[in-house]
Amino acid sequence: MAVREITYLEAVREAMSQEMRQNDDVFILGEDIGVYGGAFGVTRGMIEEFGPERVRNTPISEAAIAGAAVGSALTGMRPILELQFSDFITIAMDQMVNQAAKTRYMFGGKGKVPMVLRTPAGSGTGAAAQHSQSLEAWMAHIPGLKVVQPSTAYDVKGLLKAAIDDDNPVIFYEHKLLYKTSSHVPEEAYSIELGKADIKREGTDVTIVATAIMVHKALEAASELEKEGISAEVIDPRTIVPLDKETIINSVKKTGRLIVVHEAVQRGGIGGEIVSVIAESEAFDYLDSPIKRLGGKEVPIPYNPKLEKAAIPQVPDIIEAVKETVKYK
Amino acid sequence: MQKLELPKMITEDKLKDLYKEMWMIRYFDEKVDQFFAKGMIHGTTHLCVGQEASAAGSIAVIGRKDKIVSTHRGHGHCISKEGDVNKMMAELFGRETGYCKGKGGSMHIADVEKGNLGANGIVGGGLPLAVGAALTSKMKKENYVVLCFFGDGASNEGSFHESVNLAAIWDLPVVFICENNQYGMSGPVKDMTRIENIADRAGAYGIPGKVVDGNDMIEIINTVNEAVENARDGAGPTLIEMKTYRWKGHSKSDAKKYRTREEEQEWRAKDGIKRFKETLINAEIFTEEEAKQLQDEAYQAIEEAVKFAENSPEPSMDSLLEDVYA
Repeated sequence: MAVREITYLEAVREAMSQEMRQNDDVFILGEDIGVYGGAFGVTRGMIEEFGPERVRNTPISEAAIAGAAVGSALTGMRPILELQFSDFITIAMDQMVNQAAKTRYMFGGKGKVPMVLRTPAGSGTGAAAQHSQSLEAWMAHIPGLKVVQPSTAYDVKGLLKAAIDDDNPVIFYEHKLLYKTSSHVPEEAYSIELGKADIKREGTDVTIVATAIMVHKALEAASELEKEGISAEVIDPRTIVPLDKETIINSVKKTGRLIVVHEAVQRGGIGGEIVSVIAESEAFDYLDSPIKRLGGKEVPIPYNPKLEKAAIPQVPDIIEAVKETVKYK
Repeated sequence: MQKLELPKMITEDKLKDLYKEMWMIRYFDEKVDQFFAKGMIHGTTHLCVGQEASAAGSIAVIGRKDKIVSTHRGHGHCISKEGDVNKMMAELFGRETGYCKGKGGSMHIADVEKGNLGANGIVGGGLPLAVGAALTSKMKKENYVVLCFFGDGASNEGSFHESVNLAAIWDLPVVFICENNQYGMSGPVKDMTRIENIADRAGAYGIPGKVVDGNDMIEIINTVNEAVENARDGAGPTLIEMKTYRWKGHSKSDAKKYRTREEEQEWRAKDGIKRFKETLINAEIFTEEEAKQLQDEAYQAIEEAVKFAENSPEPSMDSLLEDVYA
């Protein structure tokens, strides 16, 4: 039998639908998620199956709908909030940072907030500065939140189930340009533990830790490098909170070299955190060359397609970084 | 004898309890004020002395399964929602026996199981949470109502507009209660809005808006009860504004330079506790002596809370990292 392939977008929908069929407490809310099917079409058809009570179309009110998700989670529901663009988290910031993330701790361990905020992130659609950001490092900075960044349809399905089942607020970043990519995805429900990195490609000369769409660019770079006899290992952390430090440390011990690649602005990004993990671990002794960070340039994302592309790391940038790194013997 | 028109569940015994509860709120916050002055409680706190009626009267009409969402000035709401003053005082002392194991302090006391979804350190931060809790009630058909307390200051936050609108279009069982104590920190309400009544904004959301005397227990009980009944019947939210006054400053660092002694005296004369006592004596619910006894009992309860707090242990250092995640 042929292996079933579905898209990243369909994997999001399938994970939500399966959870909603199984558990009446799970519901979705967000702007235009009803008949319209959501800004990117993720929820298309869901209102027909689950009805307007469980696929709740909301007004354009990010603060209120984020807070409604927190309040309903605190009282026994398991809401999934769709924000049309991850940039709009800025409007829902109080509810995510001061309420969702803090509630359990500041209440002395009473109450829990089992919610998922799903939202498309990243550039590449020509949507310019206010619709193209990658703000995951902001969220990763807040104790009390979990942060997921899947790169494949397979991972999306398993990680989203784990996020919905989790008793904590989870920010689930979907990359806009990955929605149409496909991979093998089993029909039955399965869960991928939050905090487990995936080695997307094994290698021996250099470790490339990449997130979201950069996983694909790193894999492409690795294929090119292979032709020149350089063996790159590509690690996808999949969740940046919790972060699977062990897998990264073990890989660097093996290869002796580390490159971190993410789309988010390099300054203050999650890349610095991953580098610190190595600097503070026994893997530091195994390093044969300086670590390299590749992140977005320190600019808002521009509209012009050529400028937009130049604002974030591309395959040649990764190849060049690897070549510079392996020069050290 | 003056006959009182009240909802059925407000029995004579309940009225006496409410009178005692108001004194507990006042004594609790007066005590906290003293301890701050002595440096025995750290951080900050926001006292609701003078605002006892809005907390006690509103929460009097709801039941155990109903919920409240409170504010940074929330000690009164907590006490009225079956709050345990021992645990509250212990929390202010930062002790392990406190409501939040000493990690939340004054602004974060919650008792989720008893329907107190928490005080809140963010002005306007609680309104969306109330909407979410009311959504749960509707989706799970639990038929509880949420009382959402907030101040006049919060009514100018965007979260107020978004939340009331969302609750209105979804007919959610939430009653928005604006405790207008005349000041958002040092900002007089008259300087911060162009309208006379914050409740007038209800019309913009297509829901009923009511203005009540926030120091009149009888008016508060009847108005909130009607709103709660409507919410329970599926008619959606009401916005109620209670005109009241905080006798103390915004927080402990407030020298109150923005208002006059005369104004304070004027409002002290409208004291909700005093007026409630007169009402109950006129209605022959209790005598002056019985009233005094209830007041003394309230005082004793707070004295005991202080002892409990003082004798409670500090949290263990091991607890620092606990409860960040479920």
